[in-house]
Amino acid sequence: MMVADQLDAVFGALADPTRRSILTRLTEGEATVAELAAPFHVSQPAISRHLKVLERAGLISRTRRATARLSHLRAEPLRQATVWLAGYRDYWEQSYERLEELLATLQEQETGRSRPGDPTGRSTS
Amino acid sequence: MSELQVTAEPGVPQVLTSRELDAPLALVYRAFTEPELLAQWLGPRKYSMTIDRYDLRDGGTWRYVHADDAGNAWGFHGVFHGDPSPAGIVQTFEFEGAPGHVSMDTVAFEEHDGKTTVRTNSVFQSVQARDAMVDSGMAGGMSEGYERLDELLAKLAANS
Repeated sequence: MMVADQLDAVFGALADPTRRSILTRLTEGEATVAELAAPFHVSQPAISRHLKVLERAGLISRTRRATARLSHLRAEPLRQATVWLAGYRDYWEQSYERLEELLATLQEQETGRSRPGDPTGRSTS
Repeated sequence: MSELQVTAEPGVPQVLTSRELDAPLALVYRAFTEPELLAQWLGPRKYSMTIDRYDLRDGGTWRYVHADDAGNAWGFHGVFHGDPSPAGIVQTFEFEGAPGHVSMDTVAFEEHDGKTTVRTNSVFQSVQARDAMVDSGMAGGMSEGYERLDELLAKLAANS
């Protein structure tokens, strides 16, 4: 189980679209800062700041190869963050699925009683 | 079927959800407020649901219990604040396994083109309390959703 501070760091890191794009790119493999910056209209220092946030959240690790710093995706905190919400989601998703079935049944009963929408009365204009 | 949206932002003791239902608001409101209807859908199917009281008025109290086949039971209770109406319901919510940890829940209904969006806003006493509640998966209902999904898929396959 994750501690609350870690979860906060993970969710804070994921709250930014640029950082989510960076993570998506890293699912394809490690990358340098320049490679990560290429698709965005932002400077390499700006990307470096995003990488620091991701690193603090434990979502990436960084290594050095010659003069380049490579970023790697670390999937475990992401998985834990997903699991964290899963039980709560399940409870409500299951409830709403059942509610939808109930509403469909109630609507069928109502339609059966009042028989609205006689097709012969429908305007064709 | 629309996806359930769950938002739990970092550092804020709040959980927001929204879900669209293919039914008019009047019917959705009935399903939320008539105990005999509420008992048919709230909570995972594997739990039985008993509603002890549901006094739908300002200051009225409610209590229900989820129970499983193994004899485990989880009780919840709270108080309605303001008269519940199709515009919305405000109530406190407390899991009896953690007395004193209370959230304030607001449910809002919005109809559009014969469909109804249900939005919930749960405010907890602290971020830790929120995280503990979310972590508990609500009354131990952890991750058995795939069971239900299988069931649903089997039903869909049988009907096709």
